[in-house]
This record gives sequence, C-alpha cells and structure tokens, in this order.
Amino acid sequence: MVRQEVYESSVQRIEVMDTEDEDDFPQADEEELRQLYREMIISRKFDEKAFSLQRRGEVSTYAPHKGQEATQIGAMFALDDEDWMAPSFRESAAFIARGAPLDKIFQRWMGDANGQKGLDELNTLPVAIPVGTQNLHTAGIGMAMEKKNDDKAVLGFTGDGSTSQGDFHEALNFSGVYNAHSIFFVQNNQYAISMPREKQTMSDTIAQKAIAHGIEGIQVDGNDILAVIKAVNEALEKARNGEPVLIEAETYRLEDHTTSDDSTRYRDEEEVEKWKEKDPLKRFREYLKEHDVWNDELEDFGEEAEEKVDEAAEKAMDAEEPEFDELFDYVYDEMPELLQKEKEELKKEVKP
Amino acid sequence: MGEKMNIVEAVNAALEDEMEEDEEVIAYGEDVGEDGGVFRATKGLQDKFGEDRCFSSPLAESGIAGTAIGMSLYGFRPVVEMQFSGFSYLAFHQIKEHAARFRIRSRDDYNVPLTVRAPYGGGINALEHHQESPEAFFAHAEGLHVVIPSTPQDTYSLLRKSIQMDDPVVFLEPKKIYRAFKEEVDRDKEVELEKARIVQEGDDVTLIAWGAMVPVAEDAAEEIDASIEIVDPRTIYPTDFDTIIESVEKTGRAMVLHEAPKSAGFGAEIATRIQENAILSMEAPVERVTAPDVPYPLYTLEDFYMPNKEKAVNGLERVLDF
Repeated sequence: MVRQEVYESSVQRIEVMDTEDEDDFPQADEEELRQLYREMIISRKFDEKAFSLQRRGEVSTYAPHKGQEATQIGAMFALDDEDWMAPSFRESAAFIARGAPLDKIFQRWMGDANGQKGLDELNTLPVAIPVGTQNLHTAGIGMAMEKKNDDKAVLGFTGDGSTSQGDFHEALNFSGVYNAHSIFFVQNNQYAISMPREKQTMSDTIAQKAIAHGIEGIQVDGNDILAVIKAVNEALEKARNGEPVLIEAETYRLEDHTTSDDSTRYRDEEEVEKWKEKDPLKRFREYLKEHDVWNDELEDFGEEAEEKVDEAAEKAMDAEEPEFDELFDYVYDEMPELLQKEKEELKKEVKP
Repeated sequence: MGEKMNIVEAVNAALEDEMEEDEEVIAYGEDVGEDGGVFRATKGLQDKFGEDRCFSSPLAESGIAGTAIGMSLYGFRPVVEMQFSGFSYLAFHQIKEHAARFRIRSRDDYNVPLTVRAPYGGGINALEHHQESPEAFFAHAEGLHVVIPSTPQDTYSLLRKSIQMDDPVVFLEPKKIYRAFKEEVDRDKEVELEKARIVQEGDDVTLIAWGAMVPVAEDAAEEIDASIEIVDPRTIYPTDFDTIIESVEKTGRAMVLHEAPKSAGFGAEIATRIQENAILSMEAPVERVTAPDVPYPLYTLEDFYMPNKEKAVNGLERVLDF
C-alpha cells in the first residue's frame, strides 16, 4: 500500500492597522485617506437615517450595514471605474462609494425601482436579494471579460450565509474553469440572520472554500479598511489576468439583520460590545490621528454628512411616485399584445 | 429552396447561422462542445467557431444559466443548453428570478438576451426525469418567452428569432420528433414569434396542439370523419390567443392536446381564455386531452400515460357529440 500527501494548502490573512509597518501604505495618499473616512461617515449617517425613516414608516424594511463600512468602501476604493460591481442586498455603503446618488439609494429602499436607474453608467448591478445567487452573475461577467480580452475585473459581494448555497460553489467552479476576471468578496459578518458563522459551516475559514475550486482564497480583517484595500488591490491584479479570487473579509453586523429582526434573541450584548470596540470607523479615526492625517475639517464632517444625508432623504421622499404604466413597461423589450390588453383593462379598473 | 432537414438539424443550422452573423452569440452547456451535445444539436459548432464560442461546461444547470446571465449583462448573446428539460428546474431560479427580472429591476438599463434551449417531452422510452413537459412552469414565470416549434422550418426560423430577441427565451425542443421527418428549410424565411400557425384549416373543431403533439393531432384529424382546424401556438407565452379564439368562433368547438399533466397545464389557460372570449360561439365545453396528474412514469407505463392518436380521436368525438 502507498499512502502519500497529494495536496497541501494554507490560507493567509491580511492585516495592516496595528502592525509594525502600518504606516507603509502606498495604496492611498493622505487626501484619499481623508476621503475614505468621509465616505464612511456618510455611509454611517445614511444607515442611521434609513433606520429612522423605517421607524417613521417611510421605508418598509431596511438592511443596515453598520459595522461593515470598511469592507464595502475599501473594496470600492480599490476598484477602477471601468471594473464592475455586483452587489448582494446590504451594500448601501458600497453604492455610496461607487458614486450612486444618495437620494436614489434611499428611493430604492422606499420601494421605487427607479432608484436603481442609471447604475449601468457606474458598471454596477442592481441589488440581488436571493442569497448567493448573484455570484453566478459575477462569474459570468468575469468569464465575458476573459473572452473579450478586457483588462478589467468584476467584484461581487456575498455573505457568510451565502457560502452554503449551491450557486456560490458553482460560481467559484465556473470562474476557475474559465479564468474569469472575478473577485468574490465575502462579507463574513458572523451571522446569517440568526445563524452564527460557526454553525453555518464546519470550515475553519470561508477563504479556504476557494481551495476546493482551484482558485485563490484569502482572509482579511474586514474592519481594517487599509487591509481591505490591500487585499482587493492584490486580487484585482490577479483577476484582471484571469485568476479569480475569493476574499473573506471578517467583520460584524452591529445592527439587526433588517428592521424586522430582533438580534437580541440570538446574540448577547457582551459579544456586540466586544465588536463595537473594533468598529471600523473608530479604528480608522484613530489611525488617521496617529499618522497626522486627521484635521479640523474631518472633525466637523459629521454635521456636513448629516446634512447631505437629510437632503437626499428629503429629495427621495419628494421624488415623483412611479407611474402606473411602469408596472408593465419594463417587462419585455417590446410589450406583447397580451400585456397591452391586460394593461388597458387594469388601467380602466384602477384609474391611476 | 433550402435543404432538407429534420428538427435537430434545424436547431444546428439556426445556431450555425446566428453564430456566423453575430460574433456575440456563443453556445454552451453540458457536452455541447466536442461531443456536439447528447442529441448532436451543436454538432460541428466548436470545430467551426472555436472553443471560445462553443464549449462544454461544468455539470451544473444553475451555473450554466446564471453565468449566461452574467455574460448577457456584459454584452454576449448566449444560447445555453439544458441537456434535458427535466433537469432545468435546477436553473429555474436563475431563469425566473434573474433572467426575467433584470430589465424591470434596472428600469431598462440592463437586459438579458439569453436563449435557454432544452429538449422536452416524452414517448421515447427514456430514463426517469428525461421526458418532462415543463412549459407551464416557464409560462408562469412572467417576463419570459416560451417557444416550442413543431416543424424543421419553424425550429430554424423561431430559434433564430429567439436568439435575436433582447429578452430571455426558453426554447423547448420536442425531442420525440427531433428526427421524425425532414422538410425543406428556407433559411431566409422569417417567422414571427407570438404568432400561432394554422396547421390545417377546418370547420368543425379547433384542435390546439404544440411540439410532438402536432403530428398526433394531424393523425387524429385524418382518422376522424369531421373537419378539424389545427392551431399550433408556437409561442406558448406570450400567447397568440387571438388566432385561437378566431378559430373557435368559426368552429364552435375546441380541444387542447398536450403532453403535460392536466391540472394547471397550459391547456387550462387556453380553455379559460376561450370561454372568456368566445362562449357565445360555443357548442360544447373545451375538451382537454393531456397526461394524467401523475409524475411521468418509468417507460414501461408510458404508453398509458402519453396522449396519443386514439386518445385524441376519443376527445374529438366527445367534443363533437356533446
């Protein structure tokens, strides 16, 4: 009998902040660091505002991203405009960093699909709610980039829960087989609604799931925006060259799953408090202060951000309601006769 | 005139011509490349257009449909094969919830010009899951076009139109009659989607049938001593009900013949539309000759299960004698 090792592998983790050479960060200059912080503050204020709008009945359900600003904004900073982004459903901060207008993001949360109009100009897909299924679009876009020999990449967001889905694994597999220009960015926020990460899968890391599919997997401290930028930059270089990458960004959902959820039913306050200490905004603020990037303008920026967010929310609330016709207008390229008739009949009845 | 082809050769010819004319058209699926697909529908395409444009994919139906959506969003016009329609349910989510919704979700910014081909239907002594007729599921997934040809010419022309469409299309191919007969196919002939075909004109009963049931309908019509008008919808959804209703207004009687089980089969929708629109012209209730509401059996029992000429004749007699 012969028994021998036929495969060996390991998974690495990237951290930048609080390491010896944390000041060696050529990926962003000082003004870019300040801009990253501004985007994080705007995103945090957006989150708080959306939450309060939900409580006032202006938004029916909202999925907060509080605590995940570094993962989303860091990843978007690394991306170039001509790269593509495929979100899941908790990526309001990523939309903000990608340049989507704040009022449009609110508008979509207020139940109007017109809030997603114009995303094609940002090479950004609209939200995908069925968990994990968007990974196949990330794979397909990456396959298309390879086939067209485009020097671009696509970054798709997904979550720890989604890594149990078949579509997630099919996406990694197809990407490997076809040298897709795809980055699968898992925001491991430790919970899939109530299901903790350690019960979701017996894998020690999510990053190692890449290994079985023959692609690279790497873990990163997702509350360390500099580490996220570094990891995504490295992944982009590979993905643009036809080597797909799975990134696991370890972070924490500081709020409930959505405004319909009550997370006190399944996690204790002690745990949440522990993660609040690692709040990505807090950590980045401390970093900026230690490295003399901080200034008075940033000190006061909270107020300005709040104003921007409030204005955008007002604008979204004042936006024209979608028209009756839109119920039918975008189903097909050309409206079939069958739908035209149905539309006329319904119109007579509901008198819009 | 064109060359003589059977249905599966017409699929192949339509793919070849579309790939020739539009370099964004790509074809993939399980065994689709070198092997040419298990029914040889994609035979020779990899040789002609290269592995970049025609290739075998990993064995994952959802993966095939989902990546094809991604490729569509980036500008390709993929034609993917589900090896058998009975396996297409693994891709159903991607087709229904994503392919059919991208346009409305993005307010027309993104579209998915994807064609999902699948051999469908029974009567071929195949294994379990290889003989299903899932058209009603896809017809109920709003935002799709569901197309079923029944002749080589229609197969060629409808498949080309389907590929050219900027909407997702589910193209179900009646595999029982893949090689049943050949006819001259005119490669320049255009056939409108969403337009039913009058297979033969008649005055006594309107018989609506599609796919492999069209030849069954023709045989039954020949056997019975009455004048039967056969209508093949060609596009199951969005349906050309106008042609069907116009025919029923003339004949006063209607029968639907399909392979799928009766309850909530597409025949139920057709029967309802007929009574909604033509009840004052009708001499009898709409008759349905379909499979029973049981799972498709292993093949020793399939002759009991499948609608055939005798059952169709009996149905026509019932609707004529009412």
